[in-house]
Amino acid sequence: MPPSLDNLLRAIPAPLLLGLGGVITALVAGTVAAWRPSKAPSSAGRLQLQARMKSWWVIVGLLTAALALGWQATAVLFAVISFLALREFLSLAPARREDRLVILLSYLTIPASYLFVFLHIYMFYLVFVPVWVFLATPALMALIGQTRGYLASTAVLHWGTMTCVYNIGFIPLLMLVPRWDAPQAGATGLVFLLLLATEANDVFQFVVGKLLGRRKILPSVSPNKTWEGFLGGWILTTVLILWLGPVFTPLKGAGLWITAAALPPAGFAGDVTFSAIKRDLGVKDTSGFIPGHGGVLDRLDSLTFTAPLYFHLLALFALETY
Amino acid sequence: MGWLRLALLILIARPLARLITGLDVLHAERLPQTGPAILAANHASHVDTWLLLSLFPAGTLARVRPVAAADYFLANPALSWFSRNVVGIVPVERKRIERGADVLAPAKAALAAGDILVIFPEGTRGADLDHMAVLKPGVAMLASEAPTTPVIPVWIQGAGRVLPKGTWLAAPLTCCVVVGEPLFWTGDRASFMTALRGALEALAAEAPPLRWSDRGTGEQL
Repeated sequence: MPPSLDNLLRAIPAPLLLGLGGVITALVAGTVAAWRPSKAPSSAGRLQLQARMKSWWVIVGLLTAALALGWQATAVLFAVISFLALREFLSLAPARREDRLVILLSYLTIPASYLFVFLHIYMFYLVFVPVWVFLATPALMALIGQTRGYLASTAVLHWGTMTCVYNIGFIPLLMLVPRWDAPQAGATGLVFLLLLATEANDVFQFVVGKLLGRRKILPSVSPNKTWEGFLGGWILTTVLILWLGPVFTPLKGAGLWITAAALPPAGFAGDVTFSAIKRDLGVKDTSGFIPGHGGVLDRLDSLTFTAPLYFHLLALFALETY
Repeated sequence: MGWLRLALLILIARPLARLITGLDVLHAERLPQTGPAILAANHASHVDTWLLLSLFPAGTLARVRPVAAADYFLANPALSWFSRNVVGIVPVERKRIERGADVLAPAKAALAAGDILVIFPEGTRGADLDHMAVLKPGVAMLASEAPTTPVIPVWIQGAGRVLPKGTWLAAPLTCCVVVGEPLFWTGDRASFMTALRGALEALAAEAPPLRWSDRGTGEQL
């Protein structure tokens, strides 16, 4: 092994290498399962699963590359993800033709928010979207002069910028945590556990629901979700966080238990909230951007709820930085 | 100049279309990969041409040529250069129709050479986002002269919101292109145009819903 690569590997915290190894093992297992010999090699379900696995490799590859390159690359990647999510949201949501200007301007919340990330001005980040964009948007729309459907239109823009821009931006903010404040696996470890736990919660809920699901939990919003899946996912994800939390983050004691217990229902809440929005709009997926998955928002729904919660619990219980 | 067109379309136009509009496609497998063929699409925005040119692989793209109005797209030297060398238009002189000239001759020649033509039968960009304008019969004339050429109806959803007629700044919003089954010349103009309109309306119904209320109505809110 050349010395530079050796040094590079030494510089990466051991938990991260093991975590990446675990994710890749899961991907390989999923890929083998999706391509195993079958009696119906081109059935729709199988092709969908294969497309889904291919997209997972791309998602994991992009995230790994960005996290490995550091906080700047991670911030750029999540800025692009915020943009794609906001575009999907604004495309689906009801809008009036004269809102086009405000829609164009709402995209500017992304460079503005991420500028505060790049400048490490946490206090500005915290108030920019929820206070200043919150006030500026309805004021601008009043200046445009169309009052019919006014309140609903402002709500659409608020909801879009809060979930797609503000809440997602907590992930690059976590990446700014210095190594001394998260000695277990650095800032990357904090982000890794958030992404892993959020995604694992989705998967656990789905699998437990498939295996044991009987009683529907929210039939009018998300007909496939069951109490068994929700509770099973909650228990399994809590165990996962209790196990891996101390490996990847400085969480311990009450902070660890509260995070482990609170994150799974937050993920569930994000999932069903976006399900309610999609049902209201009459669409199954938010777009076809990610083959086998649907839209960017379909993948991001739980994360828009878990990211801010996880950030604030870490800030409250474990981090000096925030 | 062919290489410049391919390079610009593949390296710039397509990634940009994917970023700005998502470039969702339903039934991409129905797109023709060899000419001659005609794509007949609804028209709400200049974005339409950009999206359709972004759907084809490099090997086919050299053959894909939008039929466009000479009076508009060849109006000044810069636009004319861009229209001919980047967009790759087949110019049609709308104004000469009254004089009885065969304005479709360049399009017929392109089909004979094996090109895939993109035609917007509405003739111009519609001002109303929700409804197709009356379809002009040019596409039927082309189909009647080449009855074995497939005419593929294409519905483009959302382009009119990205860049409505009269605006200059594109708003990033998702677009969806729905490709239909090929139609062939039916033997008479009326039935062919009815079939085309019906096919386009069926594709529109398949596209994801657009909630974009028109000025002053606001009914959908």
